Amino acid sequence: MLLPGVPVQEAAGAAHPLAGTVADLVWLVPVLPFIGFLVNGMLSLLPATHMGPADPAAAGHDHGHAGEGDADYGHDDHHVARHPYHRIVSLVGPAVLGIAFALTVGIFFALSGAHAEEPFVRTLFPWLVTGDLHLNAALQVDQLSIVMTLVVTGVGFLIHVFSVGYMQDDPGYPRYFAYLNLFVFFMLVLVLGASYPVLFVGWEGVGLCSYLLIGYWYSDKANADAGKKAFVMNRIGDFGFLVAMFLLFANLGVLDFVGVSGRAAELGEGSAVITAVGLFFFLGCAGKSAQIPLYTWLPDAMAGPTPVSALIHAATMVTAGVYLVARSSAIFALAPVASLTVALVGAITALFAATIGLKQWDIKKVLAYSTVSQLGYMFIGVGVGAYAAGVFHLVTHAFFKALLFLGSGSVIFAMHRAYHHTGSHADAQDMRNMGGLRKYLPWTFGLMWVATLAIAGIPPLSGFFSKDEILASVFARRSHSTLAEASLLGIPGSVLLTFIYVIGLAAALLTAIYMTRMMLYTFHGPNRSGDAERQELREAPWVMTGPLVVLGVLSAVGGYLNFPAFFGSVGQKLHHWLEPVTGASALHITHGEEAHLAVGTELALIGLAVLIALGGMAYAYARLKPAALVPKAQSPESTGIERLLEHKYYVDEAYDRAIVKPVVGLSRRVLWRGLDAGVIDGLLVNGSGFLMRGLGWVGARLQSGQVGTYAWVLVIGVLAVLGAFSLT
Amino acid sequence: MAAFLASINYNTWILPALLIIPTIGSLIVWLHGAVAGQGEAASMTARRLTLWILILEFIVSIGLWWSLDQQNAQWQAVFDKPWIEAWGTRFTVGVDGLSVMMVLLTTLLMPLAILGGWTSVRKKVHGYHSLMLILTTGMLGVFVAKDLFLFYVMWEVMLVPMYFIIGIWGGERRIYASLKFFVYTMAASLLMLVAIVYLGVAAGEPLGRPTFDYDAILALNLSPTASFWLFGAFFLAFAVKVPMFPFHTWLPDAHVEAPTAGSVILAGILLKLGTYGFLRIALPFFPGVAMYPWVRTTIIVLAVIGVIYGSLVALVQPDIKKLVAYSSVAHLGFVMLGIFALTVESVQGALMVMIGHGLSTGALFLLVGIIYERTHTRLIDDYGGIAKVVPLFATILTIVALSSIGLPGTNGFVAEFLVMIGAFRTYPILTVLSATGVILAAAYLLWALQRMIYNKLDKPANKTLPDLNWREFGLLVPILVGILWLGVYPKPVLDRMEASAQKLVEDVGRNAERQRASMMLGGR
Repeated sequence: MLLPGVPVQEAAGAAHPLAGTVADLVWLVPVLPFIGFLVNGMLSLLPATHMGPADPAAAGHDHGHAGEGDADYGHDDHHVARHPYHRIVSLVGPAVLGIAFALTVGIFFALSGAHAEEPFVRTLFPWLVTGDLHLNAALQVDQLSIVMTLVVTGVGFLIHVFSVGYMQDDPGYPRYFAYLNLFVFFMLVLVLGASYPVLFVGWEGVGLCSYLLIGYWYSDKANADAGKKAFVMNRIGDFGFLVAMFLLFANLGVLDFVGVSGRAAELGEGSAVITAVGLFFFLGCAGKSAQIPLYTWLPDAMAGPTPVSALIHAATMVTAGVYLVARSSAIFALAPVASLTVALVGAITALFAATIGLKQWDIKKVLAYSTVSQLGYMFIGVGVGAYAAGVFHLVTHAFFKALLFLGSGSVIFAMHRAYHHTGSHADAQDMRNMGGLRKYLPWTFGLMWVATLAIAGIPPLSGFFSKDEILASVFARRSHSTLAEASLLGIPGSVLLTFIYVIGLAAALLTAIYMTRMMLYTFHGPNRSGDAERQELREAPWVMTGPLVVLGVLSAVGGYLNFPAFFGSVGQKLHHWLEPVTGASALHITHGEEAHLAVGTELALIGLAVLIALGGMAYAYARLKPAALVPKAQSPESTGIERLLEHKYYVDEAYDRAIVKPVVGLSRRVLWRGLDAGVIDGLLVNGSGFLMRGLGWVGARLQSGQVGTYAWVLVIGVLAVLGAFSLT
Repeated sequence: MAAFLASINYNTWILPALLIIPTIGSLIVWLHGAVAGQGEAASMTARRLTLWILILEFIVSIGLWWSLDQQNAQWQAVFDKPWIEAWGTRFTVGVDGLSVMMVLLTTLLMPLAILGGWTSVRKKVHGYHSLMLILTTGMLGVFVAKDLFLFYVMWEVMLVPMYFIIGIWGGERRIYASLKFFVYTMAASLLMLVAIVYLGVAAGEPLGRPTFDYDAILALNLSPTASFWLFGAFFLAFAVKVPMFPFHTWLPDAHVEAPTAGSVILAGILLKLGTYGFLRIALPFFPGVAMYPWVRTTIIVLAVIGVIYGSLVALVQPDIKKLVAYSSVAHLGFVMLGIFALTVESVQGALMVMIGHGLSTGALFLLVGIIYERTHTRLIDDYGGIAKVVPLFATILTIVALSSIGLPGTNGFVAEFLVMIGAFRTYPILTVLSATGVILAAAYLLWALQRMIYNKLDKPANKTLPDLNWREFGLLVPILVGILWLGVYPKPVLDRMEASAQKLVEDVGRNAERQRASMMLGGR
């Protein structure tokens, strides 16, 4: 149905094979977490709120409850009495997700049984209807949206369960779950929405929840700063998203996916408009999915609680950009320049972020840059038109990166508890303070190694298959594809694709190195936490370790979803599954033929990739000496290129100097004090007033009296006239 | 509902009733003050009396939601009586899709504004409430006037009470601010009076006496030169009111010095009278001028400057009330963009911004007033971390700020999205520029939010702040409901304005073409 140029019929709900099945209940999937949000939000506000006195001024400042406000929100390790409603919150928060997941599984089976080639659009109510704009609040069930929904509710459920253990002792526990449930609601609107504006509702909504959760411990200015930075940088991307929608509406008059996919060809293949639409959408993706130049918010976002990092900043929200490109495949397939840009930016981001990941000491920062890098990989996939490969990596990444983040959460949880016990204020997230944790956290240790091998691309773990699929797709499209024949900035597409392939390999090498480094420094070698603290290190409770085990299994076997084509009938499952949505667009890019490499070539490429991964790990193992590390407090300042990497190439500082400071300075000095207060108000307004006063000097003493008198006369006059009239 | 309203002939009396109720109420409150004095008990009676009068006004006005025919773009519920026959002025009032939501917004916000000043207005309580009631009549009068002379009278009627409200119950620099407000708007509206008289005389020529009837003036065939100058006169009056850049500098002063209710009404309703004037008068009467390329482009450029400039200046305000005031300049810039881009979507969007801004910014001023009443400071830096002591206040402030930022799911998004998606069809580049305001809005409001309710609770005085009381909570609830309703299901509201917006766009577009064909406006 997505074949460009072929008009498609509107997906008529009544005639659709899914109508009348469990898919009719798709609206419940987002509504369930929303109910969770309402319940938890109430439970958060009710006990915290003490209504003020009827007359705020008369009461002075004596009324209040400052004593309760002393709880320290500033750090992970506050051991305050549990929230009075913690039991019901622990139940409601994860349960709504569990039910939503079960429902989604039901819809998945209905969809796979129906063999629906058309999306099932469930219209809920008319939303924006005016002039030529006819937008419904409608959800779309198709092969792509259901994959995303399974990931969001499934992985989301596991992370919610983990959160019960991780956050239970936080005084803001219900508030945390309220935000988390609200996030899932918006994320589901994002992936299930049937039009760009509905998607955008979710798109901005998840940004809001990200803001709220990053700044969850808001008493610490750094956390609140990080939240704000995330929101504003996302908004820069959202600006692009908006402009892309304006362009679509002005040129096509429709904004729903079915309509846009069907009519994208009207914009003309390779035309300026369709390229602009693609590039503006990609600006939105760069913001949401943390790509160059808008990636700097994501590492800062680690200020939020660790399960939030796993859910929002690894598994789901940040992949929304990848989803958007896959969802807009009909546009990108006709805009080779935009597609090449997506792939190129993705590749450069993948490598750039990986280099920074090499020198981070905060365990979460390593994972954050790793996420930026892996998102770059996904954009390479969807950029070269291998939409299924991009989505495949999105799914496996959700498994192993959620596992890595939750595992790091277990580590931090243990470290915090230990430091709290001894009253130490050392940094519980700095790897220089860890080391040798495998003895104390054996489950976490083993499971995180599974995820590490997966992300490094070691067969037969999930990451190996998905990363290889992307690299093979890039390699295959170097010839016989619209991308190879196009050019970007004067560089032929075929050359660019080769370049992207090489960068992809280089990033894979660095990934293997920094991940091995992280594991070595955290779990191997001697322990550097301190003698007293060491006694307190132990594995987290099962409510936290349990989800890790499930994710470990998924990370290991997730490759099953999409084995390479040469596996025969068990191969390419996801690829075939997504064909009704992205198949036509992918084929368009490869001139109608499946872009398969010869089996020999593919095996050679696989061998090369595996060698690179193993080489990286071996290099890291040989070069890095965990035993030589000293705790953070005793570590010397790094120098040279290490320092440059540790300070993330000083990009934040550059943005601050080049953009933030000038804008604020311009606004304050030039626009406000200069133009507004100085020229317009000072010179023109008050100046002319002064002039008038000079002219009317004689009457000056009466001036204010005159205005008053005049005013009263006017009021009385009007009253009189109105009164006289009402008598007639 | 519609049948019931028809059975009581609702449409025949509702508009004069809406004007008379607060007028009589004003007299009653004033008289009560004269009789009962200024004691505490008498003051409380004045508050209660005013509140009940305005609640009655609101309840009576709600019928307009059902009693109007949505398909009909013409004046409805028209009431017409001779007034001053010698001048040809008549007391003619009516509503259509452009004004009905403004009327309802006014009747909704007024009782809330009274509740907002419940405990903060402590001197000359009777006078204050009496003026608030007169102000209600004036604002509603402007929205429903179908006779241009009546329009002008009402325009001035609402000016006077606001002058006193700022000047008597305002802050420290109230005299300067009120005088500036008065002189600024008065000077601008005097030219409008001249223009209205000219139009009345011209329209009355066939009759042998002036007529100020809207439809008669609409049918006038004015010379290009006359149109140009008349448009200029109306433009000045309305642009100051909106306020458009660079006529906006009265606004921050007036907002900052006005008491809470004054700020709420200024931002919530008074500013909309300017944009309403453009929709009702400047565009339909002078389409040839308004749609003349350089005039139209200039106005849209000023609107977009207003969006960006207002946002940037808001970013650096140390005073929260000034910040909100400058954000109004930005939001009203969106309204002007929507109006002059002249597509159905953008005009509908402009109307939605007018409603939504009334709710969001009205609520922001209420919230600022609430916290000011506790701390007596408007400086953002005097706060910090107060979410911990006033969680309910912080929650509501966050929701309202998000709607002002234009977060999807709130009124702000629906409105700005419609403006921009419609305006993009006629002015793509300027619309894209205005969209940067979306980024800046997030920057200035979230930054302010962070410095007020997040960060560390480090000011000792803030550690004992009392949270909202029931009155304050109760008066904010209707606004929150409106914010979410307009964001999620705006269709009933859009439907009620659609026919009139469509007619406006078609008429102005068609008449502009016709006039352009018959005139040469160049060289000026």
